[in-house]
Amino acid sequence: MLDKVIFYFFAAIAVGSALLMITRRSAVHSAIFLTTTLLATAGIFLQLRAEFLFIVQIILYVGGIMVLFIFVIMLVNLDVAAQQIQYSRQKWVALALALALAGQVGAMLWRAGKLPGQGLLVRGVPAAESLPPNAEAVARSLFGPYMLSFEIASLLLLVAMIGAVVMAKKKV
Amino acid sequence: MTHGLQELLKAVLASPYTLPVIYGVVIVAVLPLVAGYVVLVERKVMADMQARLGPMRVGPHGLLQPIADAVKLLLKEDIIPEKADVWIFWLAPLVSVTAGMLALAPVGIGPAFQIARDINVGILFVAGISSLGIFGIVLGGWASNSHYSLMGALRSAAQLVSYETAAGMALVSGLLLGGSLQIRALVEEQAKQGVWFVALAPVAFFIYLVASIAETNRAPFDLPEAESELVAGYMTEYSGFRWSLYFLAEYANMMVVGSVATTIFLGGWLRPFAGVGGAAGTALDCLPGALLLGVAGYCLYRAPKQPVAVQKLVMVAVAGLCAALAAALLAPVFVAQALWMKPGIHGAFWFLLKVGGYIYLFMWLRFTLPRYRFDQLMRLGWYFLIPVSIVNVMGIGIALVLHWERGMHLALALGLTTLMTLAVAGVLVRAELKREEQLRQGAAGDAYAG
Repeated sequence: MLDKVIFYFFAAIAVGSALLMITRRSAVHSAIFLTTTLLATAGIFLQLRAEFLFIVQIILYVGGIMVLFIFVIMLVNLDVAAQQIQYSRQKWVALALALALAGQVGAMLWRAGKLPGQGLLVRGVPAAESLPPNAEAVARSLFGPYMLSFEIASLLLLVAMIGAVVMAKKKV
Repeated sequence: MTHGLQELLKAVLASPYTLPVIYGVVIVAVLPLVAGYVVLVERKVMADMQARLGPMRVGPHGLLQPIADAVKLLLKEDIIPEKADVWIFWLAPLVSVTAGMLALAPVGIGPAFQIARDINVGILFVAGISSLGIFGIVLGGWASNSHYSLMGALRSAAQLVSYETAAGMALVSGLLLGGSLQIRALVEEQAKQGVWFVALAPVAFFIYLVASIAETNRAPFDLPEAESELVAGYMTEYSGFRWSLYFLAEYANMMVVGSVATTIFLGGWLRPFAGVGGAAGTALDCLPGALLLGVAGYCLYRAPKQPVAVQKLVMVAVAGLCAALAAALLAPVFVAQALWMKPGIHGAFWFLLKVGGYIYLFMWLRFTLPRYRFDQLMRLGWYFLIPVSIVNVMGIGIALVLHWERGMHLALALGLTTLMTLAVAGVLVRAELKREEQLRQGAAGDAYAG
């Protein structure tokens, strides 16, 4: 019961602030609502007992990336941006895509209801004590079965970082 | 009716949420008071270092100054700039305060006093949530719609992002030694190994000390609020209650970083020489009580010398408070029935003492060192602290592998890798000194050329 209340609480915040993020004119307001969306998603992770994911989401996305976002946005002249047309002429494409996505989600829900033993909603959340320590479990899978993809991802990040340094440097 | 009430009371008491909620309320209620008195202590320490007396008027030795200040701040007019972004302007200080207080949730003030007891990622939680406080600073600075505020906010964001890496790496060194992210497990590991991690990883502690000063925007790294350049930085446009919220957030953050450093590097709630028992152990257990009795005695000695009757009374009351605390600390040592309270009370005492010591270190540095220039601050972070902290983590990793796989003595392995880290740090410092020398010569040459 409490789990459901917590889930719907965070889900409502996430969806609501995602909507607000798109519709606000001021970029700083949008960034704030993006932050609340990310925080609410982190809350859902916590409700699922994924503590490590919860805190990593907060440290990386909210504490790191969003701070840099706001940092950049603050330097931009917002008055100019506010006067531009907010929605470009992609209304109909967007509508079609949204309908397609809605159809997909609907089909998934409809089929999931038919599968034996699996209702629409997630199964009961396991008790916190029955789970292995989160951080250790993540580390085991990162450095075990997913070693290669992990290394590829870190290599990509390294390349991006070196690229940024090269571009930022005036003269080599 | 009363029966139902009793049942309800029983259910509430049996609920696992009751105690954490009470602790939480206590922390939220007490923190502003504690912050106020930390400010008083800071002013007194500053006065002492500058050979002055500091606040003396309100209460004996200025003991009631924080309360007077609080009343003043609450009654001040709350000014909102005309062109400010009103909602964000209102919200920003709240974000800072909330982050600072929330970060205290998993902190264990003694083994008995911990709100979020079995959160698996305790240390990460504290570090991550407290870093959200930057939002309050950045948004407040932006929403004020003032150049000084914006500059302060920008500086603060840049500074935090730069120093968080170093602080995180320093924490990782401690976590590697402790083998867990859980606060309780970290402290218990230090009890088991019989040594505080500051002795095993001194470089990491030093890096964390420097980085945490930068993260809390304290002098000598208080560039976001540098009064000689930016008026008051991000809080320039704030007044009254909202301004005091920023202040509260700053002091809450100091307590948070102090708690983290205490938990990881200074043995948390452990007594010094936690492993020592017998007569020496009892003597050490008596130390806190004896200390407070001494303070109480001094207060009584000073009481008759106060100028006004009210001040005499307050002085005696303070003495009584100290004596009561001393009794609470001594009772579990000598009375067998009260023995169960001992870990909780003594743990809290030692923990708070260590956090207090850490904060005192902050003040000491603040009144000793001049403020850094912004480029110096950035160079210190990126060219010195981050490389050294990465090398340090690698060194501790190597030492632990040597210890576990090759059976080398842990202290020896760690000593060797610490020397390696210090060598790297030495090379970096030399390079920096050389660069400065070149810059100075270049500047001198220019002057002559001109």
